[in-house]
Amino acid sequence: MNAPAPVETGYNFAYLDEQTKRMIRRAILKAIAIPGYQVPFASREMPMPYGWGTGGVQVTAAVLGPDDVLKVIDQGSDDTTNAVSIRKFFAKTAGVATTTRTAEATVIQTRHRIPETPLAEGQILVYQVPIPEPLRFLEPRETETRKLHALADYGLMHVKLYEDIARHGHIATTYDYPVEVAGRYMMNPSPTPKFDNPKMHRSPALQLFGAGREKRIYAVPPFTDVVSLDFEDHPFEVQRFDKPCALCAATGVYLDEVVLDDRGGRMFVCSDSDYCASRRADGHRGEMAGDALPAGQS
Amino acid sequence: MYVAVKGGEAAIDNAHALLAHERRGPEDIAEIAPDQIEHQLSLAVDRVMAEGSLYDSALAALAIKQARGDLIEAIFLVRAFRTTLPRFGHSEPLDTAKMAIERRISATYKDLPGGQVLGPTFDYTHRLIDFMLAAGVTPPQPVEAPAERGAVPRVTDLLDGEQLIEAETPRDGEPVGDLTRAPLDFPADRDLRLQALARGDEGFLLALGYSTQRGYGRTHPFVGEIRFGEVMAEFVPEELGFAVPLGPVALTECQMVNQFHGNAEQPPQFTRGYGLVFGQSERKAMSMSLVDRALRTREFGEDVVAPAQDEEFVLSHCDNVQATGFVEHLKLPHYVDFQAELGLVRRMRAEHEAARETLREAAE
Repeated sequence: MNAPAPVETGYNFAYLDEQTKRMIRRAILKAIAIPGYQVPFASREMPMPYGWGTGGVQVTAAVLGPDDVLKVIDQGSDDTTNAVSIRKFFAKTAGVATTTRTAEATVIQTRHRIPETPLAEGQILVYQVPIPEPLRFLEPRETETRKLHALADYGLMHVKLYEDIARHGHIATTYDYPVEVAGRYMMNPSPTPKFDNPKMHRSPALQLFGAGREKRIYAVPPFTDVVSLDFEDHPFEVQRFDKPCALCAATGVYLDEVVLDDRGGRMFVCSDSDYCASRRADGHRGEMAGDALPAGQS
Repeated sequence: MYVAVKGGEAAIDNAHALLAHERRGPEDIAEIAPDQIEHQLSLAVDRVMAEGSLYDSALAALAIKQARGDLIEAIFLVRAFRTTLPRFGHSEPLDTAKMAIERRISATYKDLPGGQVLGPTFDYTHRLIDFMLAAGVTPPQPVEAPAERGAVPRVTDLLDGEQLIEAETPRDGEPVGDLTRAPLDFPADRDLRLQALARGDEGFLLALGYSTQRGYGRTHPFVGEIRFGEVMAEFVPEELGFAVPLGPVALTECQMVNQFHGNAEQPPQFTRGYGLVFGQSERKAMSMSLVDRALRTREFGEDVVAPAQDEEFVLSHCDNVQATGFVEHLKLPHYVDFQAELGLVRRMRAEHEAARETLREAAE
């Protein structure tokens, strides 16, 4: 954990003014009260571009307190450029402690992944959302999609998934995979790979979703049902990898493919860099870790 | 041990240091000062103020310098600064009839009360590169004449006197919306549409306005009037109860007079399209008024058939800070989603191959 940095003068705690934070908190409370429902909010311009996590940053700014410990990940990693940038932003404007350890964090802002380490009660997971509307690519008009949600008319999506099966033999949606929340609203889990969808189901953590450009906040309260859409004869399934992580030998985790050379050499490593590093610290060794242990001991 | 490539804080810091170095350029060339930008590139400053939604020319000039002349980046800087400013109220409605006119032209009347005032304009210049400018020649003193006294009535007010144009009636009691404080909801009323257009991207609105002229939602526009000059902004502090001047604001206003409209109950009347922007930008004000009129299609019971008439399409895409952010976010890593697609395509190709294999075996 890094000690809090002195707060950058000239801006309010966590950048946004208190009135704006109150407005965002109201939207968050409403979102929690109606799980999966997209609450419009007066999204502000932030000092990072739209599409780079402004929704998540505003939600984080609204829920962050001085005693919080913040973790920011992008693609599962704490080290990717945008995660570094957002973590620095809050270290600077809020002076909060930051960490890369999932278990130590009270607030985790994420883009495209849910950490492999199971989340605990009291933690908040803040998702950055580019397109909050699960029906957007089937119906471009907001006036129409709001009607469809009001009527719980989700036939369009079922037809789309059915057409996938008819054309490809299985559902060809690998991320942004739609879910039904608390038996009512269809929700976009943000572009996390569908691998992570089961982690949302009855998670003890509070899950908040912020879409800055589209001006929407939605939420999944702790211990809420989150069910990925499927058909009886084509049940939902997640991606599987043939090999364990080449560095920490973890199985049942999401792996990134790393191209080693131009002759088809590949290695697969944990997308969750903190999970991978802590497993290696615990002595787990994958086949490409330099000091690999003999097989069977990892 | 191989470690997957990461951005790394040091790399980011180095990239930013290099940016600052590139911004400065060769050190044997004098560094540009924000006040030079403010006063010599003032139309760029005007655009940044207009689309940045903040009337502060010194700040806009500094943003242009910081953005290395990338105006959308400068607009973005100004917007992010604007977010942090407290809002203590809103001004009284501006009365553009009381504008201190620098330029005022009408395309519908040859002469009119207040006259045609050409002012500083590129119109009628020959677009020949002026090599004398490179040499730094002092321009001749402009001709001076005493300013006309009294208000200059708006052309649309002249038409309104005869009821030839639809009346512009304020919605009494209803507060004017503010899309920077409340999320935009569709269908949006004209106040919010105009606000979105006023801060919308000049290029996007230009193209949309142009498309209406080429048949994608024709509106038969005439430039009733374009005026540019300063108008006093006034504010009523609660504790005083009367309006006090805050300062002059330079504005370009365009009033389009559009195709008439009438039915069994109403005699035919011209309709309006309105444009208003900070600073001098006739292109933006004109485009805005074309698009404003096109977006009123529903109001007049006409069919929405063209992009410029489609309010969800126009309002959702006219903000260049939103647009540039989302387009450019594609530069961010998308490893995990791409991995998911990669896995699926490989699996589908394997299935495809297996199916062909089965077919081949069946054929043999």
